[in-house]
Amino acid sequence: MKKIAFFVFSLFLVLMISVGANAKTLKVGLDADPVSLDPQVQLSGGMLQLSHWVFDPLVRWTQDGQFEPRLAERWERINEYRVRFYLRKGVKFHSGNELTAKDVKWSFDRMRKSVDFKGLVEPFVGVGIVDDYTVDIVTTKAYPLLLNMATYFFAMDSKFYTGEDANGQPKDLILKVGESYALNNASGTGPFIVTKREHNVVLEMKRNENYWDKKSPGNVTQFILTPIKENATRVAALLSGDVDFISPVPPQDFSRIESGDKVKLVTINGGRIITFQMNQDRVEAFKDPRVRNAIVYAVNNVGIVKKIMKGKAMAAAQQSPPGYAGHKESLQPRYDIDKAKALLKEAGYADGLEITMMAPNNRYVNDAKIAEATAQMLDKIGIKVSLKTMPKAQYWPEFDKRAADMMMIGWHSDTEDSGNFTEFLGMCPNAETGYGQYNGGNYCNQRVDELTMMAQSETDLAKRSGFLKEIEQILFDEAAFVPYHWQLHSYGAKKNFKIEPVLNAQNFPYFGDLVVE
Amino acid sequence: MFAFIIRRIIQAVVVMMIIGLVGFSIKSQIGDPVRDLVGERVTPAERAKIADEMGLNDPFITQYIRFLKNAVKGDLGRSFLYNKPAFEVILKHAPATIELVLGTALIIIVISLPMGVYCALRPRSMLSRFTMSFSTLGVSIPVYLTAIMLIFLFSIHWQLLPSFGRGETVLLFNGHWPTGFLTIDGLKHLILPCISLSTLMLPLFIRLIRSEMMEVLETEYIKYAWAKGLSPKRVWLVHAFKNTLLPVVTVFGVQVGIMFAFTLLTELVFQWPGMGFMFLEAVHRADTSLLIAYMVVVAALFVFVNTVVDILYGFINPTVRIAGTK
Repeated sequence: MKKIAFFVFSLFLVLMISVGANAKTLKVGLDADPVSLDPQVQLSGGMLQLSHWVFDPLVRWTQDGQFEPRLAERWERINEYRVRFYLRKGVKFHSGNELTAKDVKWSFDRMRKSVDFKGLVEPFVGVGIVDDYTVDIVTTKAYPLLLNMATYFFAMDSKFYTGEDANGQPKDLILKVGESYALNNASGTGPFIVTKREHNVVLEMKRNENYWDKKSPGNVTQFILTPIKENATRVAALLSGDVDFISPVPPQDFSRIESGDKVKLVTINGGRIITFQMNQDRVEAFKDPRVRNAIVYAVNNVGIVKKIMKGKAMAAAQQSPPGYAGHKESLQPRYDIDKAKALLKEAGYADGLEITMMAPNNRYVNDAKIAEATAQMLDKIGIKVSLKTMPKAQYWPEFDKRAADMMMIGWHSDTEDSGNFTEFLGMCPNAETGYGQYNGGNYCNQRVDELTMMAQSETDLAKRSGFLKEIEQILFDEAAFVPYHWQLHSYGAKKNFKIEPVLNAQNFPYFGDLVVE
Repeated sequence: MFAFIIRRIIQAVVVMMIIGLVGFSIKSQIGDPVRDLVGERVTPAERAKIADEMGLNDPFITQYIRFLKNAVKGDLGRSFLYNKPAFEVILKHAPATIELVLGTALIIIVISLPMGVYCALRPRSMLSRFTMSFSTLGVSIPVYLTAIMLIFLFSIHWQLLPSFGRGETVLLFNGHWPTGFLTIDGLKHLILPCISLSTLMLPLFIRLIRSEMMEVLETEYIKYAWAKGLSPKRVWLVHAFKNTLLPVVTVFGVQVGIMFAFTLLTELVFQWPGMGFMFLEAVHRADTSLLIAYMVVVAALFVFVNTVVDILYGFINPTVRIAGTK
């Protein structure tokens, strides 16, 4: 009897240990959690992160800016308007349904109905089903960024989202405020399955045992995401070991995490450019390129990167970060107070100017501090700045009103391409076409508009890159905006979490592939 | 009494209506809730359409009247941020805050009573002097700083206690009340937030109890008790202490109410999912409907508590006449 008991006990122990060895929990502390479970209701960083955990796109970005096959095994360009994607076979949704071409088409069509995504899919005619595992994606004109956009094409489970929910609403309803099935239920093909969600408190996921990507080295079995809003608390949570991974890390704590013996800091260029725009409609002097240039020359953005960003940002002189088609190596930061003064004098403003300035204080890394430093720097060339900073909730309505002479805006190109910057920030504002929507400076140059439109449908990549570089040169020469830097994404993690390979410029940590030792 | 209660209810309704009106009039200053619901790509025209659908572009009076109409039916609007009825969101966050205040109150009682009495009985001892000077320090350090210091020492340096959140909770009352008091993990998570919140009131109570007790010890009946030859224990604990408690209890009741307002910073630092944290989030994300609902609920709560206190006063002290009873 004793022997049997002993045997059962040791068996139990062995089982426990083996279970324990396989179970790897990942506890993540981010500044905010995804707003819902519906991947198409809001186009925001948080929602896209979730989409990469619970769903899968046709292709995704690799760390070095290449495309990696996901649901699409391979693809080929049939003609200028049409690319054929061959889907992976045997991929199962969390519900057990099998992924087919129908789901890809269904998910694409649903994007059309979403306010947030319809702008993104505008260049497309749609998705055509060739057979169960082949789709054609067709564009309205020759479109060089088709693969970039395919990173947004996450497949939703069409069977799962078809029908009516308990309230009698269609399950695929896209709703921002109110109850909808898709907001609270998800069935994707992704590496994680949502097990519990309490908005603003916790999001719990477990590993998808039937995940199609058998080659993925990822070994996280449980994934718990807690939003930790306060910077100091987020850092403390990592240092105390309560969480394994945090992002973003506030710059003032970089050195503390770097010097920790159990934790590490990883940064990666995120490509978000921080700028100030000079509103020509509000200030007559800003119509003169010499005045705008004087301001650019007066701002020591390299110094700002060094002192305020603690060196963890990349000083910029153009919109496109390195690696983008439009990035022009020769454009370097300018800082020369004497030149700035001379330019201002030449333009007839030797006595200086008085302007107003606004910036958010919780939108970009150290946004308010950057604005304060800028105000001081401009003071040195005789431009008196009255600065107001405010939380982003109040800032955006002010930005929409163009309420100050100089306003801060940061931009990340959601196509990971140079053209997007100019479409939103640099083209002449036009309410009808929507171009220049965030051009708060009202800078307008027909040549820039023309080049941007040409780049949109140029499939010869070398030629296209030439257009985009010319745009950067013009914006640089005419000082269309004041460039500061490209923000870095910053992550803190315990040393045994091998986070380096799963990070990328898009800030979508691919936790499905994360290895925990 | 009946007339009094009716009058109070009418007063409450008027107060809530005025608070609602104030809320609606400052709403546009808080920010644009639509911005938080859409991506940056969405055009101004689309945003305006969403705002229209949500009724945010209606004239202020129309919005206010609609709010009142729904409020009568018990609907205080819908939180944009949580995407749930605002009242439900507030109720959901209440337990966390109530438990935080409860834990803090417990700490205050357990420490301030013996310390206050001791300081009154042995005013010249080293411990008393230390306590008194330390309590001055406690009052003057902001809660935010205390909290960060506690996290640094107990979570990061010694790694004894967790740094954020509520930890493991158990559901009570049909799953409506997650409590942290019944699990070891939950209790561990309560310790630091409760200590940092208690630093505000604890020194105050030690000082209050001490001075009250010293005053009582000087009274005639205590001298009489000594003269009777009663044991010191009996004089201190039964005769003096009991009478010290009366004013202390009154102040305590008021202070616990005030403490609810002070949880804001503590909840922020410890990522405590309570009402203070919810309120801050709502401000940051311009969740105006939740803010207004919260203001109205708090107003109702205050009127209710005051009414109960007034009625109780009438019972405890018959010389206090309640207006309306003849």
